[in-house]
Amino acid sequence: MADATTPGATPPPTAAPLTRAAASGSPAVPELVPTRPRRLWTRSRQVLLAGPIVGLLVVAAALAPFLSRADPNALNPRAKAQPPTFAHLLGTDEFGRDLLSRLLHGARITLIVGLSSVAVAAAAGTLLGSAAAYARGPVETGIMRVMDGLLCFPPILLGIFVVTFLGPSLRNLILVIAVLYVPRFTRVVHASTLAIRELEYVESARALGASAVRVVAGAILPNIVAPILVQASLAAGHAILLESGLSFLGLGPPPPTPSWGRMVEQSGRFMQLSVLPLLWPSAAISFTVLAFNLLGDGLRDLLDPRLRRGT
Amino acid sequence: MWTYLLRRLGLALVLLWVVATVLFFSIHLLPGDPALLILGGDAAQASPEQILRVRARLGLDRPLLVQYGAWLGRVLRGDLGTSLIDERSVAGDLANRLPRTLQLVVPATLLAVGLGVPLGMFAARRRGRLADPAASAVALAGFSMPVFVVGMLLVFVFSLRLRWLPPTGYVPPAEDLAAFLRHLALPVIALAAAPLATVMRMTRSSFLEEASRDFVRTARAKGLEERIVAWRHVLRNALLPVTSIVGLQVGSMFAGAVLVEYIFSWPGINALLLNSLGTRDYPVIQGVVLLGSVLFVAVNLLTDLCYGLVNPRIRHG
Repeated sequence: MADATTPGATPPPTAAPLTRAAASGSPAVPELVPTRPRRLWTRSRQVLLAGPIVGLLVVAAALAPFLSRADPNALNPRAKAQPPTFAHLLGTDEFGRDLLSRLLHGARITLIVGLSSVAVAAAAGTLLGSAAAYARGPVETGIMRVMDGLLCFPPILLGIFVVTFLGPSLRNLILVIAVLYVPRFTRVVHASTLAIRELEYVESARALGASAVRVVAGAILPNIVAPILVQASLAAGHAILLESGLSFLGLGPPPPTPSWGRMVEQSGRFMQLSVLPLLWPSAAISFTVLAFNLLGDGLRDLLDPRLRRGT
Repeated sequence: MWTYLLRRLGLALVLLWVVATVLFFSIHLLPGDPALLILGGDAAQASPEQILRVRARLGLDRPLLVQYGAWLGRVLRGDLGTSLIDERSVAGDLANRLPRTLQLVVPATLLAVGLGVPLGMFAARRRGRLADPAASAVALAGFSMPVFVVGMLLVFVFSLRLRWLPPTGYVPPAEDLAAFLRHLALPVIALAAAPLATVMRMTRSSFLEEASRDFVRTARAKGLEERIVAWRHVLRNALLPVTSIVGLQVGSMFAGAVLVEYIFSWPGINALLLNSLGTRDYPVIQGVVLLGSVLFVAVNLLTDLCYGLVNPRIRHG
């Protein structure tokens, strides 16, 4: 789906071994293509739009206590379900709590869960995927079949199952989401590693007597960072959807910790009273997921011109 | 075709066995005594008698491998045990509730495909004009919105403000078909929203890709009407990747149904799961997760078979 404005027709300069890998039908190995500044905008509009949103979100979450002085958990029976005022810029919820504060502190939970679960999943997946692709044989079969099995569980069901018996907490939420996303990273790393493990420079590293760990870490990993990054951004969007869904069902960090999913659930009960407390967290989740989706899509276009923007 | 079919079926059975095994051992893999975990995870709350009772009920006092063998044997016979709370048969409960979950997922699938494909084609054929980026933007927003947000907003607009449709509840279709349909509308729309957006985006990009192929130029060159080129030549080929995306979407709709059944108090299989969370009714929770995974695998298998059926390259390959 190359846009008319996208110079997809001009193939970027690629190193010879990479062309060979692509020609042999193995999964493409992306690399950063030098791009002229004017083309940067047309080629990576999505990254340039979504990147700052994600950055802003991180800053807002980090500075939450300074951006909104009100205590996110302070009840105020005299200021229930108020429309936006100077004291409460986004209004208050049905218990009189400041919505801006709750939203900003909720961003912390969302980002901590989303980003750290993806980081754990990416690290584990990279380890398992490269081990599977480098070792081949029964190790590869074993790892990849277990990953196939894990992918058979509808994520939210497995999430509910584990969190119910481990108890709802931030740590458990991160762990279960991380486990659910390990298979994606394992598959991506496995495929990319298979594509480049037979290349000359990898072979030469082996011939020079480098150990397996050294070959994987020194020669292979630096070349598959791009697909891992793309996957990480897309997975972060999914992880945030899953986290908010579990929080919505009451399986997130226990109250009164403000989390967006729980805010939607609770204010939904009072939407007759005021709809604003429902709309803010709804919009926050949607825009955050949208930003990560755009970022992932854009990074894929930017880092790998051969992969077309599909779904 | 037959070898392909058999190979896929065999693989699905192996996956189901892996799923059942993971599910069985998961409660044992979690840190802590399984009986304690089931009773609430805290030794102080559960009395020794309770622990002994749960152990005996679930056979947790026997060696792990014996438990595993017995469990697999029972599951294969369709016996998922009985609820710890009210002694009802889990399999029986699930059988009663499964049709109600399907009443959500099947219409939602029809809606997502029936609207998503034409809209995607519409956007692709109006490439470069306002309708295309507008439709794509709506689609992008559509699949970034969580299903529960869509559901809540639908309730707010159509039940609370416009008062057109009831916010929650379920009426069996045999009892009152009109009431059933009115209760069905909002949950189905909520469930179908994200898959619809995905199907639309996929159809659009796939249609554009096929439209640039040589055989399309040939069809135009020999003087065929544009309508016939679009429907018979481009769309038929463009639908191949859409088939597999639809399968994935059906799978994710079974997952989305968890949240939809919660919002709309729809008494499907997932509502059973959510009702059992508070009491940690282990056999029920395990049963629902197992059934959900079986459905997931079955949908994926069906998708692969459909894909093989419509794609000659796989059928004959």
